Amino acid sequence: MSTKGQTLLGAEIFFECLKKEGVDYIFGYPGGALLKIYEKLYDVDHLKHILVRHEQGATHMAEGYARATGKVGVVLVTSGPGATNTVTGIANAYMDSSPIVVFTGQVPTHLIGNDAFQEADILGITRPITKYNFLVKDIKELAPTIRKAFYLAKSGRPGPVLVDLPKDVMNQSCAFHFQDKVDIRGYKPTFQGHSKQIKKAASKILHAKRPLLYVGGGVIMSEAAKELTFFAQSKNIPVTTTLQGLGAFPGDEPLSLGMLGMHGTYWANQAVSNCDVMISLGARFDDRVTGKLETFSPNSYKIHVDIDPTNIDKNILVDLPIVGDVKHILSELIVELNDAPDTKEWLAQIDGWRKECPLHYETGDGKLRTEYVLERITEKTNHNAVVVGDVGQHQMWIAQYIKFNSPRTQISSAGLGTMGFSLPAAIGAAFGIKDKPVFSISGDGGFMMNIQELNTAAYNKLPLKIVLINNSYLGMVRQWQELFHDQKYSFTNLSEMNPEYQKVVESFGIPSMSTDNPDEVDGIIDKMLAYNDGPIFAEFKVVKEDMVFPMVPAGASISDMMIKRLNPKTFV
Amino acid sequence: MKHTISVLVENKFGALNRVAAMFSARGFNLESIAIGETEDPGISRMTIVTRGDDKIIGQIVKQLNRLIDTLKVVDLTDALKIERELALISIGYHKSNRSEIISLCEIFKANVIDITPKAITVEIVGTPDKIESAIKIFLPFGIREIARSGVVALSRNEPVIVKTSKETNGTLTT
Repeated sequence: MSTKGQTLLGAEIFFECLKKEGVDYIFGYPGGALLKIYEKLYDVDHLKHILVRHEQGATHMAEGYARATGKVGVVLVTSGPGATNTVTGIANAYMDSSPIVVFTGQVPTHLIGNDAFQEADILGITRPITKYNFLVKDIKELAPTIRKAFYLAKSGRPGPVLVDLPKDVMNQSCAFHFQDKVDIRGYKPTFQGHSKQIKKAASKILHAKRPLLYVGGGVIMSEAAKELTFFAQSKNIPVTTTLQGLGAFPGDEPLSLGMLGMHGTYWANQAVSNCDVMISLGARFDDRVTGKLETFSPNSYKIHVDIDPTNIDKNILVDLPIVGDVKHILSELIVELNDAPDTKEWLAQIDGWRKECPLHYETGDGKLRTEYVLERITEKTNHNAVVVGDVGQHQMWIAQYIKFNSPRTQISSAGLGTMGFSLPAAIGAAFGIKDKPVFSISGDGGFMMNIQELNTAAYNKLPLKIVLINNSYLGMVRQWQELFHDQKYSFTNLSEMNPEYQKVVESFGIPSMSTDNPDEVDGIIDKMLAYNDGPIFAEFKVVKEDMVFPMVPAGASISDMMIKRLNPKTFV
Repeated sequence: MKHTISVLVENKFGALNRVAAMFSARGFNLESIAIGETEDPGISRMTIVTRGDDKIIGQIVKQLNRLIDTLKVVDLTDALKIERELALISIGYHKSNRSEIISLCEIFKANVIDITPKAITVEIVGTPDKIESAIKIFLPFGIREIARSGVVALSRNEPVIVKTSKETNGTLTT
């Protein structure tokens, strides 16, 4: 199809625009309001439509795809319930700043507001959880709107954008023009950092005795991992990352302190509490990172690099804000800073903390533990897998025990904490990434929440490695109940309730394995890695009552960590 | 502290909702909001009255700027400005106090715009302070209903532009 100026139907313009945007996958589910689009989709060969089994799954897939590849993830769902089912996925993408574009069908324009069949005010519903959303009422606006949607999703601080497509507009026609240039007069994200501020930052860093890089997901989004690695290594500055930032700096480098915050490492949190210059890159001082605000890194001079000005001074007042793209600012900082601060003593001090309180879990009692499974996955994949965790204890153990060495290999629902994220997000990632094994790792709570997407993985023969960490508990909630709620395990014990997961998985045609024996772990992982004809499943039945340590209780200072269970005997 | 913030937004569907929703979602106080078209029919001006300490006002200004439909945000609080609000006040009366009410209107430069056997409706334009004091004066007569427009404001000088990423090259005023 030639495109310039040719008269096309709305539904045809829709696909022409996706082609121009370079979309290769859309995750969707048809419905009444989308009939014309699906009619045209039938003959489209420039992209692949993946039929999901629930619209929430589609949004997580799009996000998983976006985060693994750096491209925009695309969702296509029908009006009403199709649209409302995407809400959790959109909120998740909003909290984690992931670029996705969600196309929702809508009832015909003359019925909007009439409580028509399958009508929902999805614009109103998603306004607070999208970067922006559009209703296309005029066919002439269709192509420019789609262009704007992709531009908004990807540029500046990325995020989800929703485009509502009334049924009648898809049936109208107009001349199709694709305009590459986008001009949104109220939207001009700052790209370049202010050079005076950068110079000032360089001088502060140069004179620092105890500098620390605090790195968030923004570094990965702006593709600045290389610059960061060079910067940290050449200036000998230790790096701690947020959950979203894992992979921005090689996890097995001596300068890597691992994650900070509530379940961060002891030494990372000590470094945060004792540093004299903190360089925050693409991070937002989230409450899970800072703990008690008043005592967060009390004596440091704080430099905050972020593309979103609203992140500056939101939680923590900083001394030197630099608004702009992290990659750009880091490159300038590298040029400005031609000498390195002397950090030998500081690194030795951090090593002391590292030895004082290393990560630790029980071994040698013949029982299977999550930490061990994760260590074996890291080892067997040679740090070269995409790991999509779910939410809860296993998510924190992933952050602690898997050493992520490259960006876009750790994908997790960080901000919203959406249980059920892992399986669909890993499916999305597996569509985008072919050169590395992709693991979905869930607990038994979250696995059930989007279990229908096993069907999507199986039908598409995706070589996905599906790991279920089954402790028969909603483990993280159970942990808080044990520690802070009088050991009242209210509705967190699933041992009587859980189905036989192996049977469930097998009913989808997915080969499965299960063990509670540490000695069998390696063999199972080997089998998973060797099998590439489709998804493969392994259930690891782990110790039921283990807890994630170290831990900063909610509202406490991050320098005050709980290292282990106070009453271990109760659970032997 | 009370702040008057003037916001220029794209005059389009949902822009007011986005601003109002941002205030409620982030728990910011919204005392009044007035919106209308400007000299450019594609642009609306919102005048927002809100309260908060410096940190909160700083966040409000940044969050307003962050909205895609926002073109300019100006905190007029410390600027030379003209502020006006319109109030319609319906006051119950008797024969005995009718002339007293009307003479009070003169003092406030308020106009009597309607009179029925039971009530006098006055229109008063002024700063919010002036309207507050008029309301206080009319209260003993028995106020039946009040409708207030919310403040609209303009800067007398060149607008005090709040520096944000939209206006500068990356720095924030600190």
